[in-house]
Amino acid sequence: MEQTIRQTWAFVFRGYHLVRRYISWVIVWNFYAFVTSITIALIGVAAHDYRLTLTLVIGALLWNFLSNLYSEIAMSIAYERWEGTLEYTFMAPVSRLIHLSGVSVFALCQSLVTLVVVLTGLLLFTNIHLAGANLFGVFVVLLASTFAFVGLGLMAAVLPVMSPERGAEATHIFQGSLLLISGIYYPVQVLPRWVQPLSHLSPATYTLSACRKLVGIGNPASTETHLVGASLSDVVPELVTLLLMGAVLMPLGLWVFGRIEHWAKHTGKLKRTG
Amino acid sequence: MNVPAIEVRDLRKVFRKRSGWLRPKYREEWALKGVSFEVDNGETYGLLGPNGSGKSTLIRILSTLLIPDGGTVSVLGYSLPEEHRIVRQKIGRVSVDAAYYKKLSARENLLYTALLYGLNPAEAEPRAMQVLEELGMESRKFSTPLEEMSRGMQQKITIARALMINPPLLLLDEPTTGLDPKSRRDVQKFLENLRAREGTTILLTTHDMAEAERLCARIGFLAHGELVAEGTAADLKREAKTETLDDAFIRLTGEDLDEEAEKVSEEEVLEEV
Repeated sequence: MEQTIRQTWAFVFRGYHLVRRYISWVIVWNFYAFVTSITIALIGVAAHDYRLTLTLVIGALLWNFLSNLYSEIAMSIAYERWEGTLEYTFMAPVSRLIHLSGVSVFALCQSLVTLVVVLTGLLLFTNIHLAGANLFGVFVVLLASTFAFVGLGLMAAVLPVMSPERGAEATHIFQGSLLLISGIYYPVQVLPRWVQPLSHLSPATYTLSACRKLVGIGNPASTETHLVGASLSDVVPELVTLLLMGAVLMPLGLWVFGRIEHWAKHTGKLKRTG
Repeated sequence: MNVPAIEVRDLRKVFRKRSGWLRPKYREEWALKGVSFEVDNGETYGLLGPNGSGKSTLIRILSTLLIPDGGTVSVLGYSLPEEHRIVRQKIGRVSVDAAYYKKLSARENLLYTALLYGLNPAEAEPRAMQVLEELGMESRKFSTPLEEMSRGMQQKITIARALMINPPLLLLDEPTTGLDPKSRRDVQKFLENLRAREGTTILLTTHDMAEAERLCARIGFLAHGELVAEGTAADLKREAKTETLDDAFIRLTGEDLDEEAEKVSEEEVLEEV
């Protein structure tokens, strides 16, 4: 047990010190997330529509958190290739479950920091009132979504193993597709009819739907100064769907990763530079 | 029964290179064509060969990073790839590549490795620091990011990292390539002491004939994926009827290590796959 904790902690330790050394880049990316979220939310402020502002604020917050989580996990292999440490990590006596759990724990911590930064910016610039919103419920839904996004990240992380040249790019295409189909800033009904069924496949669709209810965006009783958020029992269908998605996607992600690792050891794709 | 530290029988590995998209064609590049050899416990064994001869492929198979296409491999009595989990706990590897986090300090890189191997950093760190001091590195450099260090110092860190886990088997893939004469001598002296003091088994690949002659009890010549000759340095010179190991290498393999840079390397072949 002690050994497992140390091995999981190794990836958090590494991530923390890399963030420390690349701090200027971390500040730049957080600043970028801060600014883009504010500019999106200000569209609602300009329209003098508090419901639209809240929809955009919730979308920006959740997308920053979930996309960061996905991206950090999906790119973990690509980062190791760039650093030249991939072979050393893969020949260490650490199971892939612990390895990827450690990467996910650090990604979760980093995503929470970005979430706080973006939230601060949104509160400073939009003058929204969150009184009456079920923020605890939002936090629970975010946690429930984490599992599904970790699973998606694990599956996307194999892309840089399969193609050292194009894999990293492909993870961003996948991330962009999630942004498009999940209705982050708009209802999925505005998407072309043939795209709409795809939204059911994205966990973010259910996260957004639940969080909007919990904040009280769709509730006729909500006003600009006092929201009437739903209770957690009102979003049970979304919560169950998210947990089921996590229960399927996380083991599936690990399984896919294991298969591709085995294939890479046959073909020599684990090699330092590919 | 005394089990050899490394036992390799009829080892074969092929890489397939694909070309074309609509009608892909596959070309096979044989990296290893039936290699067999043994390394005894506590022995330092040298593998010499030009780039593309299969040395790094062999080291990668022993490091559990590649799965062979044929033959059998046993490391410290454990079969590969089946028992890779146990083998990983017992091997340390140093490669010619700069395989560490360049932005992190020596100490951070070493602590990360200790945690990755499930070791108590408080116990593992002094051992790594002792290795570094023995290799002639000043302790004030331990907090410097590796990217600010010379190639020689970086390589000493990778050696300390490999030894921090106290492995019974050390796989050294051209550990002194690119080092200045002083650093090279420091590393060679350290390896001699290590073998004498702790009985560590060492598999060393190198281009440096003098280094192989100094460090290795036995030497194997690898060319085009085949082990063409094996024995002590004296045996090989006697077999080739030459005065030097360089000449013995050329005579027995038909290769010249000085011309290796002109050849297509295994690395380049893999990068194209």
